[in-house]
Amino acid sequence: MSDLKVDEETGVETTGHVWDGIEELNNPLPRWWLWTLYACIVWAIAYSIAYPAWPMLSGATSGVLGYSSRGEVAEDIAAHEAKNQGLVVEFAAVELAALDPASDLNRYAVARGGSVFRAQCSQCHGSGAAGGVGYPNLLDNDWLWGGDMDNITHSIRHGIRNDTDDDARYSEMPAFSEILETEEIDAIVEYVTSLSMPEFDAGMAEMGTVLFQDNCASCHGEKATGDRDLGAPNLADAIWLYGGDREALKYTVENARFGVMPAWGQRLTDADVRAVSVYVHSLGGGE
Amino acid sequence: MSSQSLYAAQEPVFPRRVKGKFRNLKWWIMAVTLGIYYLTPWIRWDRGPNLPDQAVLVDMASRRFYFFWIEIWPHEFYFVAGLLIMAGLGLFLFTSALGRVWCGYTCPQTVWTDLFILVERWIEGDRNARVRLYHGEWNIRKWRLRLTKWVVWLAIAVATGGAWVFYFTDAPTLLRDLGNYSAHPVAYGTIAILTATTFLFGGFAREQICIYACPWPRIQAAMMDPDTITVAYRDWRGEERGKKHENKTGDCIDCMACVNVCPMGIDIRDGQQMECITCALCIDACDDVMGKIGKPRGLIDYLALSDEPAERAGTPATPIWKHVLRPRTLLYTAMWVSIGVGLLYALFIRTDLELAVSPVRNPTYVLQSDGAVRNIYDIRLRNKTGDARILHLSLTSDEILRIDLEGRDGLRQLEIPADTTILQRVYVTARPNDAAASLHITDLTFWVEDLDANVRANQATTFNGRE
Ligand code: SF4
Ligand code: SF4
Repeated sequence: MSDLKVDEETGVETTGHVWDGIEELNNPLPRWWLWTLYACIVWAIAYSIAYPAWPMLSGATSGVLGYSSRGEVAEDIAAHEAKNQGLVVEFAAVELAALDPASDLNRYAVARGGSVFRAQCSQCHGSGAAGGVGYPNLLDNDWLWGGDMDNITHSIRHGIRNDTDDDARYSEMPAFSEILETEEIDAIVEYVTSLSMPEFDAGMAEMGTVLFQDNCASCHGEKATGDRDLGAPNLADAIWLYGGDREALKYTVENARFGVMPAWGQRLTDADVRAVSVYVHSLGGGE
Repeated sequence: MSSQSLYAAQEPVFPRRVKGKFRNLKWWIMAVTLGIYYLTPWIRWDRGPNLPDQAVLVDMASRRFYFFWIEIWPHEFYFVAGLLIMAGLGLFLFTSALGRVWCGYTCPQTVWTDLFILVERWIEGDRNARVRLYHGEWNIRKWRLRLTKWVVWLAIAVATGGAWVFYFTDAPTLLRDLGNYSAHPVAYGTIAILTATTFLFGGFAREQICIYACPWPRIQAAMMDPDTITVAYRDWRGEERGKKHENKTGDCIDCMACVNVCPMGIDIRDGQQMECITCALCIDACDDVMGKIGKPRGLIDYLALSDEPAERAGTPATPIWKHVLRPRTLLYTAMWVSIGVGLLYALFIRTDLELAVSPVRNPTYVLQSDGAVRNIYDIRLRNKTGDARILHLSLTSDEILRIDLEGRDGLRQLEIPADTTILQRVYVTARPNDAAASLHITDLTFWVEDLDANVRANQATTFNGRE
């Protein structure tokens, strides 16, 4: 061609491309490089035939090798389940209260229970199990219905105050706004406050003592230390499920509280219920 | 359209045999590096009954790295990172001082290519014979020579891939398993891949790996400066080149010896080139020629390009040590040494008992029914010895804060099997009246102690109170 230019210095043709006076030489690429490119193209085509690749109207081509990432995950899960089979059988037979905390079986139960907890329980009790107002903290040593392994399992399996499980733990506090005068309620609140707080109105509290014995002691006990059979909280300790200041206490006495937990025995497998019990028991508050 | 093809066939390189001091040095380096590579996995090292007795072992399954008396755990990976940084700095140091010495002498691609060329020469003869064979037709003789060569290459390649896997498991056991086809498929796969790459890279891709595949030639340009000692042609002495009878004034007689020995297929007389791996074979070749025609050696030589003006003028050049010792190389050396000293220090203060404390901060504290405040910690205890140990856990401020081990029934002691890490959940409680219960943050140190061996380790952390 007429506009063919040859670089003087090297004797190589230029491509005609010039940037800032720098001309591009037309040096050939190595041929093996070209063959590598062709090989990659062939590979890519073969790959897209062998594996899922081409988008179609619904879904994509499935590939002649029948591979799917979902299938791979399922295989992985199956492999892990097969690996854990021995532990699963052992776990189904073991008495939870007698589980050795240093054993592999316990580690398995805690790990399995932890994942159930994070999926099902953390919405109410928090990812760290520290609960919140109205949702018990599972890390402390205060248990409304008992904190040994059997009680924990029972609470989880049947739930609290739900109407779907006949064995659900049940109790109900009356709303005292319909029973007592506001002044009387204030006196009871003052008495309860005196049990755990250094500052209170002694006169009011004394009046509250009598009212408490008449109205509240049947559930919360004469010394207000609660009753686990009824899930009646201990009012003399430092832990308050719904708040321990006068305002919160007054609201509780006037309107009563009615915390509900579903019966997990109806939603989870028995093994999952047992595992999550072990997990909760291991959080530091287990008795 | 341009008249020439966009793609060019590879020009094969047929390096000629050469003798000389650099060639000898390279033979020695080849022997030593290959020796280290092939023999290291077979060195035994007695570590006691529960630990492997291979001196150098990368144990992926149990995540340990054994190097003679040193044992690296996964959390000590900074040693590996540190060594990699030192390797990098070392490369910078050597490149800025001596150009591509790594490429020319110790790079595996160079060492194995050298070995492959040696085999090629034994079987097919030296340069001229090989060129003839290359252009000759495919008759019985050519097939015989080619196949012999490929078989030997393949044997070397298999040995290369085979040696690699021995670093990752007990070598004698693996050798036996490989022999009766019961080794792990990963072992066979690794050997297959390394065999293929060795065979292709050492036999067929050779200089193309250095030119196209390796990033280092591109980076090295930034590492070198006019003071760097590198292989160069003294054109002020050699030019104007020409055959003796042509009455040219330069020392170069245009015999092409330097070109014929070059494994990269270049002409060093064209000046500095990216392709040159500074293997110095052209120096040996030319020195030989200079000896024969009665001229001083060093027409091609290791030299610093900054010396050119002095040499042209006939004045003495700067001494080599002044080229080598300059701020840049001294800085690299200082950095290299300080990292090395740091790693050595870290190595010597290591104990075979360790703990790592991670406070659980969800929630930051737990209030107990009696008003006590509890914090939770996950403590990782590592027993790096070959024996089981009974460890006792305690706190600096023992009287104020109570410590409980989850699932240990009030015991503060626990046994860790040999060469194991265990994770233990620990509860620390401040009674309602302890200062720590109400303070925002209290400093705290966990101690772990092996009473029998009188070994202790500690880690500081904090305790969160109600505030
Ligand atoms: S030019 Fe010389 S030093 Fe450079 S690669 Fe060739 S033989 Fe080696
Ligand atoms: S070997 Fe020396 S004399 Fe021969 S061509 Fe090369 S530089 Fe010139």
